[in-house]
Amino acid sequence: MENVNLLEILQKHPFVQGFQPKHIEKLAALGHELKLERDRIIFREGDESSFFYLIVTGKVALEVTALGRTLRVQTLGDGEELGWSSVLASEGKHFQARALGAVRAIVFDGARLREACEEDHTFGYEMMKRLLGVVAERLQATRIQLLDMYSPAGAKP
Amino acid sequence: MIGSYLKMLQQLAFGKEDALVHGQTSPLLVTAMATTQAEPGTKLVIEVEAITELISRLRGQGYEVIGPTRRDGAIVYDSVQKVEDLPAGWTDEQAPGKYRLKNNEDGALFGYTLGAQGWKRFLHPPEVKLFRVENDSDGFRIVESASAQPPPKYAFLGVRACELAAIALQDRVLTADWYADPVYAGRRRNLFIVAVQCTRASANCFCTSMGTGPQVKTGCDILLTEIAGDGRRFLVAAAGTRAGAGVLADIGAKKAPAEAVKQADRAVEGAAAMITKRLEVSGVRELLYEQFESARWDDVARRCLTCGNCTMVCPTCFCVTVDDASDFSGQSAERWRRWDSCFTQSFSYIHGGSVRLSPKSRYRQWLTHKLAAWQDQFGSPGCVGCGRCITWCPAGIDITEEVAAIRDGAQAAAARE
Amino acid sequence: MNGGAILTEADAGAALPPGPSADVMLPAPCKVAQVDKETHDTFTLCLEAKGGDGSPLFAPGQFSMLYAPGVGELPISISGDPGEPGRLVYTIRSVGKATHALVTKSVGDTVGVRGPFGTSWPMTEGRGKDVLIVAGGIGLAPLRPAIYHILRHRGDYRRLTVLYGARSPRDMLYRKQLAAWTYLPDTQILTTVDYGGLSWRGYVGVVTTLFRYTRLQPDRTIAMICGPEIMMRYVVRELESRGLTARDIYLSMERNMKCGVGFCGHCQLGPYFICKDGPVFPWKRMQGWMGKYEL
Repeated sequence: MENVNLLEILQKHPFVQGFQPKHIEKLAALGHELKLERDRIIFREGDESSFFYLIVTGKVALEVTALGRTLRVQTLGDGEELGWSSVLASEGKHFQARALGAVRAIVFDGARLREACEEDHTFGYEMMKRLLGVVAERLQATRIQLLDMYSPAGAKP
Repeated sequence: MIGSYLKMLQQLAFGKEDALVHGQTSPLLVTAMATTQAEPGTKLVIEVEAITELISRLRGQGYEVIGPTRRDGAIVYDSVQKVEDLPAGWTDEQAPGKYRLKNNEDGALFGYTLGAQGWKRFLHPPEVKLFRVENDSDGFRIVESASAQPPPKYAFLGVRACELAAIALQDRVLTADWYADPVYAGRRRNLFIVAVQCTRASANCFCTSMGTGPQVKTGCDILLTEIAGDGRRFLVAAAGTRAGAGVLADIGAKKAPAEAVKQADRAVEGAAAMITKRLEVSGVRELLYEQFESARWDDVARRCLTCGNCTMVCPTCFCVTVDDASDFSGQSAERWRRWDSCFTQSFSYIHGGSVRLSPKSRYRQWLTHKLAAWQDQFGSPGCVGCGRCITWCPAGIDITEEVAAIRDGAQAAAARE
Repeated sequence: MNGGAILTEADAGAALPPGPSADVMLPAPCKVAQVDKETHDTFTLCLEAKGGDGSPLFAPGQFSMLYAPGVGELPISISGDPGEPGRLVYTIRSVGKATHALVTKSVGDTVGVRGPFGTSWPMTEGRGKDVLIVAGGIGLAPLRPAIYHILRHRGDYRRLTVLYGARSPRDMLYRKQLAAWTYLPDTQILTTVDYGGLSWRGYVGVVTTLFRYTRLQPDRTIAMICGPEIMMRYVVRELESRGLTARDIYLSMERNMKCGVGFCGHCQLGPYFICKDGPVFPWKRMQGWMGKYEL
């Protein structure tokens, strides 16, 4: 029952656009629905346990804490992906993620996703293609963010 | 080249009260370069001595007459009162980065080609106090402004064909676009032009490439061509406007014998024949836009000092800067307008840096604006082929050579593909 | 207002008719009616405009040359409501001598005004379309008059989307207004910052990341963009990748200005004078020029 709903929800998520139906089903079988309340820390920096999240609705902030201060570096919203690094490797998380409001997501165990990619290379290729796209977009956006282009002297070199 | 957009200027024209069929100088200069096919006006002759009378008549009408004088080893346009003030018997030798005066034997008054600077400084002055304000109960009050002052009345004696074209180009920029500059417009409106056709060319001239000379077709009040040689000196004259005709009549101009007219025509043709430099205008706009990354720009940048001499002597360069300053008490303030040059580092300064920092980018900006962008902005290239930028460049940079080299580079690159 | 055109509608790209033949270099003294602090370094100056017959004093996107007597003169975009008579409003960031002199004026002080000058946002062209406004930093100031205009003539336009990016929450302009506009029907206001703190519950990330939260219908959208040049370039790329054509996208460009009326030559970018061929350009005209190194 739960999984049938999950399949429907997953099918609507932008991440799986272009997936073959059997791959969406395979992915759905690996996922669980997740509801998070506002201000919940989804994962902390350095967390070994690795999960990959597809945000259905809600806003998540990526943060870094240092010297008692928390700096927010990026927010992610409806239809976006969180925790892509879990699918690639098992190193700890680089950032902390916090739910800024109520969040509904589908969560996947990173290790199990990796296994599924190894077993079925076609499925794996589709996953990697999309993950690469996500990383590329984030990199682009982050580079522009780094320019600090709103400062009075324009972008600093 | 200039003719086609002069037609456009005519749409903006004001009255043509004073115009004759041959050529027109309207109260507002815009129609100075009239478009009708010029029919030859009646050719007259005057003796050299009549030049003094010409100057006197103009002064009598309230004009300050500006003409060629010899000073500081150059021909300088300055106030003249009589024919003896003119540089009789002097001619100039010009080359890239070189300017010398030499005696010539025929004693011609207008035997030089061009003054070191043009007439620009009289119409578009190097420094203008735009206004002065004083504090008052309402904040501030404008107590003085350049536009409220009566403009001087100048008569230019000795304007070359290329210089007439340059004046027309500045007319377009400063009075015939969205806004009019009242300082320029006022001086221009009052202007009386005595043009003198070239009977020789310097090594740096290329008016023939730009379609601006050496023949004067239109746009002056009086047109003179000096014939000097075989012990004889006289000038063939024609009126371009009724005012010009009046002055010629006053100084006793007589109908020219056919032989004199032929001599004058031949002399002007002779000037054209002396021209050695060429600038291929056709396609130069696309060429310079497309060759934005040409290696030639780096090459010229190694030579260019960004001194800006070219912009100072160029008769069409118009860029200015505006400075505001108050006096020590803070009770009054002035705004000044001064010539500026796109070669300065700060010309393109914005948000903490200059857009065009490298000398390469500044040279490229100047040349591309002059020959390409100017066409998009004002309907024709901004260069009249006078060659002053070549003469007065301390590095001897020759824009005709640079354009040719860019074109060669482009063709070579295309051939390799 | 000397030299300024009083206008009702103006399309971007079609410059305004020349004003009366007054000396366009003479400033008109205007009294400061109000000074509001927007952020730590940005203030909004409200000036009383004398004369006029109640018709708009400017078109959205235009700028004035503001004169702090004895200190200097600068081009500042008009950021107020064109439908509000008798007032000229400017949002000014204090970055140098002249801007400092302007933002430290008090009510009753006098500022010199020349203008308005320049081309305007395509308010006529945009009728019957979805309007997408993308602003970065102080770039929201010249776009605010466009928003006011749309809200005053709401029936003439379809969906209104405003995407606004600022450096940080304390650098954001017009926060209260943006918050209020969020509740209007057929209106989506999204804001983001490059650097956010804990108290900021909004988006963090460069303004291009906001596009994914909008629903663009490219064939009936007109976009108006203003911000740092880098930001505008990336926004244009994003819009083109989402199907907008070069004719549907408008930008406001900026270069060094001394006279504001096309005489001094400083503001040239390629063949264009930013002061009279712009500052608003359809992307179609700016394509090929913006982004050229050292142009």
